[in-house]
Amino acid sequence: MAVVSSANSTVMNNVEAVRATLYEALKNDERTLILGEDVGARGNVFLITKDFIGEFGEGRIIDTPIAEASIVGIAVGMAMEGLRPIAEIQFADFIYPSFNQIVGEAAKIRYRSNGEYTCPMVIRTPYGGGVRGALSHSVSIEALFYHVPGLKIVAPAFPADVKGLLNTAIDDPDPVLFLEHKKTYRLIKGDVPNGHYTIPLGKANVLKEGTQLTVVSYGLYVHWALEAARQLEQDGLSVEVIDLRSIRPMDKTTILDSVGKTRKLLIIHEDNKFGGIGAEISAMVAEEALFHLDAPVRRLCGPDVPAMGYALPLEEEFMSSPAEMADTMREMVKF
Amino acid sequence: MATTITMPQLGETVTEGTVAQWLKSIGDSVDKYEDFVEVSTDKVNAGVPSPVTGTIRELLVKEGETVATGTPIAVIDEVGAVRAEVPQAPAVAHAEPALPPSPNGAKSGTTETAEAEAAARGASPAVRRLAREHHVDIRTIKGSGANGRVTAEDILAASRTVVASQPATASTPPVAPAPTAPPPLAPGAARTSTYAQPMPGTLVPLTQARRIIAERMVESRHTAPHAWSMVEIDVTDVWSWRAREKERFERETGYKLTLLPFFVRAVVQALATFPLMNARFAPASSSSQAAIYVNDEVNVGIAIGLPTNLVVPVIKHADKLSIKGLAIAAGELIEKARKGKLNVDDLAGGTFTVNNNGANGSWASAPIINGGQAGIVTMEAVVKQLVVRDDDTIAIRQMMNSCLSLDHRVVDGYVASGFLADLKRRLQTMGPQGEL
Amino acid sequence: MASTHTETGTLERHGLSDDQLRAIFRNMLLQRQLDNRGFQLNRQGKVPFALGSEGHEALQAGAAMAFNRGRDILAPYYRDLGLCLGIGLTAYEIMLSIFARSPDHNGGRQFPNHYSSKAAGLMSFSSILAAHLPHAVGAAYAIKYRGEAGRAVLATCGDGTTSEGEWHESMNFVAVHKLPYVMLVENNEWAISTPLDKQMGQPEIWKRAEGYGMPGYRFNGFDPIATYAAVKEAMDRARRGGGPTLIEGTCYRYLAHSTDDNDMTYRTREVVTERRKQDPVPAFEAVLVEHGVLSPEDVAAMRKAILQETNEATDAAEAQPYPQASDLYTNVHEGAWQPWQS
Repeated sequence: MAVVSSANSTVMNNVEAVRATLYEALKNDERTLILGEDVGARGNVFLITKDFIGEFGEGRIIDTPIAEASIVGIAVGMAMEGLRPIAEIQFADFIYPSFNQIVGEAAKIRYRSNGEYTCPMVIRTPYGGGVRGALSHSVSIEALFYHVPGLKIVAPAFPADVKGLLNTAIDDPDPVLFLEHKKTYRLIKGDVPNGHYTIPLGKANVLKEGTQLTVVSYGLYVHWALEAARQLEQDGLSVEVIDLRSIRPMDKTTILDSVGKTRKLLIIHEDNKFGGIGAEISAMVAEEALFHLDAPVRRLCGPDVPAMGYALPLEEEFMSSPAEMADTMREMVKF
Repeated sequence: MATTITMPQLGETVTEGTVAQWLKSIGDSVDKYEDFVEVSTDKVNAGVPSPVTGTIRELLVKEGETVATGTPIAVIDEVGAVRAEVPQAPAVAHAEPALPPSPNGAKSGTTETAEAEAAARGASPAVRRLAREHHVDIRTIKGSGANGRVTAEDILAASRTVVASQPATASTPPVAPAPTAPPPLAPGAARTSTYAQPMPGTLVPLTQARRIIAERMVESRHTAPHAWSMVEIDVTDVWSWRAREKERFERETGYKLTLLPFFVRAVVQALATFPLMNARFAPASSSSQAAIYVNDEVNVGIAIGLPTNLVVPVIKHADKLSIKGLAIAAGELIEKARKGKLNVDDLAGGTFTVNNNGANGSWASAPIINGGQAGIVTMEAVVKQLVVRDDDTIAIRQMMNSCLSLDHRVVDGYVASGFLADLKRRLQTMGPQGEL
Repeated sequence: MASTHTETGTLERHGLSDDQLRAIFRNMLLQRQLDNRGFQLNRQGKVPFALGSEGHEALQAGAAMAFNRGRDILAPYYRDLGLCLGIGLTAYEIMLSIFARSPDHNGGRQFPNHYSSKAAGLMSFSSILAAHLPHAVGAAYAIKYRGEAGRAVLATCGDGTTSEGEWHESMNFVAVHKLPYVMLVENNEWAISTPLDKQMGQPEIWKRAEGYGMPGYRFNGFDPIATYAAVKEAMDRARRGGGPTLIEGTCYRYLAHSTDDNDMTYRTREVVTERRKQDPVPAFEAVLVEHGVLSPEDVAAMRKAILQETNEATDAAEAQPYPQASDLYTNVHEGAWQPWQS
């Protein structure tokens, strides 16, 4: 979704984009309700659902007990019985207790009942670091879930994509895990088209065209990769930047088209490298486009440690930076 | 020769076994399939039969001892085998430096050698492919990449120079020195690389079936020199015979009666007259001279086009079947093919192939011989034509072309045209009635 | 049993008609016959697995009688054959599940005994214990949210499942929101090989109700009429908006956990034989005969009919085709699905 400034759009940050989209969904469909910890009177810890409870009532904006397994599990039951729940896990780090409800139950409802029951629900959760979130308010969780057939995973980076993809997720007849990078919540602003629109899942976005290197990323790092690619442009180096937007399904065509053109691939993500999203992309490119590659595929990813520490140097060491990304891109272009 | 016997895996989940009792001692003779040890596991107790006839040389495990499956338990000297060391192959002096083997096996040739050297120097898959496609010798290019690596851009730049300075395609491509920067293309200039500006398209990965077809077709086309001939056949009578029988046939057997079984019947009869067409070329090997091998059996492959690929199931002993028998056999194979139920046996053993090409209106075709056969013949479309007959009358007749590709190593045009003429005569004298 | 039937010399029916009493008994006999058939088929090598509910017949047949077909929702677990029969599943449907044949509700995907039927209000469930309880809560929430008076969710589980976190989370949530939800625990004293005293410090499960702030009570699950009364009371409370109830029915698991289990490795034959004396099937038969609801001839005829019904269902299900290999790939998501979009 190209961000175009016009009278038909509104500048928003990512929090506002989530909030506006949820608001419209609640307005448009009585089957939609929100459940999670502190989503009611507090209006969610990032104020995403602020004032919703006043307008929609506590029957639709449900402050749940602190019990993540049942937040997801109750949403599954609601979805099986015809509602369109949007469950919130307050921080992605807290999603682990609900792992079975997501992997073993939600993702299998349609399959195990051979289509008799379905599970149209969204699980929203803020993830990611760079906010001094320490061990339990900073993790990336996508790789734990992208192995799971029956689940879709979305991780938008721009406000306009947040709206279009969240609308799609809410309309989707199957469970969708919707990941919101919390550092982008207020950092990233952009034009968001007014009115209802959707963006299909599984469609990546080429943010910047280039000829010498393909960079694939998602979430916060998309913004940093873009910044790094623009730096390289000053030196006459041409880097293409792709924002995946959807992690599952993933857009194979856009990646292969780009790699066929640039012959070099760098994958950047905040989540750990080992077994991460980049591993799957690397394997896919090796299977489908080996003879287009003019350099080994590289991955610039989080280190293999349990999480980023609270102390600033520990967080900074974990996180990448536009400068580090630029250096890696330069090495690959010059390879 | 000594045969080492290991602890067998008795049962799927079993990982170890206990030697309960040796039934033979060292020096005892043992027959093949004779139990020589009793093994017990947590699931079963079983005697283990010897795989060879011979003499027990060693018992490596004591009675009562438990060992993992796969552990050697005994050594048997096989009767009649000479115990001799395998002689070492004499060392061969190589003038060239040793190269890593090519993944497709050792083939000699300048392209492969250049590629192998380039691989040794770290040329990427893309570079190796571009070099091959643009006839550029990687060894002669000065790389602009890190540590002098030849990059894809270097190959493309070299190929552009070649194209610019050599208007005609050279059989041995000359190699240009790598320019420091690629010459800019004039606006609208023809692109020389499909990779700098890729053509829009979709990568379609090969299915296993597609891969095998591709390999076999290339192999046949490259090893068997194909010669081609065509005859025109008047099938009016056999066509009306079929038309008369087809409803009853389908009602009785459940299979459609097409022209195929009539044609195959004529083919197997013609093959009986020309047995060299039911043969294969056996190339020279380390143990034998090249020869032609005439098959005793007549097994006719019938090519069936499926949406995804072609399959050629085989009607075994087609010469022993009546037209009716051929129709049923073909019907069964076609049904299995469409349901994806063909097994290995259905596809093996063909000695000659019939390709019914005409269903979609083809009028002539040049088929590729199925590897290991001497020929393939097609049935093209049956069309009504004005025909001048032997008595100079003009008639509207059902005509069909039949095309033959043959392995010129096995037969020459004389035999092939005799075969085709025989086939034609047989089809033209079939019907218009008779016993199917 | 004495409490309901014989102390006063008359049968305390709790409003159940003769026809309903006969239907309960018939359900109990059919459960036992189908269980037996599953084990027979396993020993014949025709099916790889079977799991029986012997000992639960009265509890399940009685509870099912308190379920309003076409209105209520049942969220059962895998030892609930009688409940599923009682809310409308047929012997043929049960056999399709055992044989994993194509017309089965879930197309032969799930293990036997994991029934589901949207039409019958029977929620799909997995083998993960207590994972279905939040789903039942969500369904109860949907009922309340839509203001559907007169509907309730009957959720069931065994005693072992009450140790799970989701059991507690579900109880807590329904209490907070006063949902139309009945938690029926079928206490058969065994969780595979683990006895009750290793499962919990307070063996009277119903007593936890007070902690959650809801009514709770216990009943004799060998007595189908007492069971009916207990479940009906709780379901009626839920249906009229009175909130959730925890009820515990006591019974016993007479069989091993499944065909893959050997219960003689953890309990003795003597104990099981002793408990067999309480077997609810002959006991309820005696009650119905004593009170003239059924004659011995009626019982014999019923047994004969049930055997025939079971035989016919077995043959009919076995004659059905397996799902096709290509069915493995359907219903992952709506429509065709690939993780890679191209």
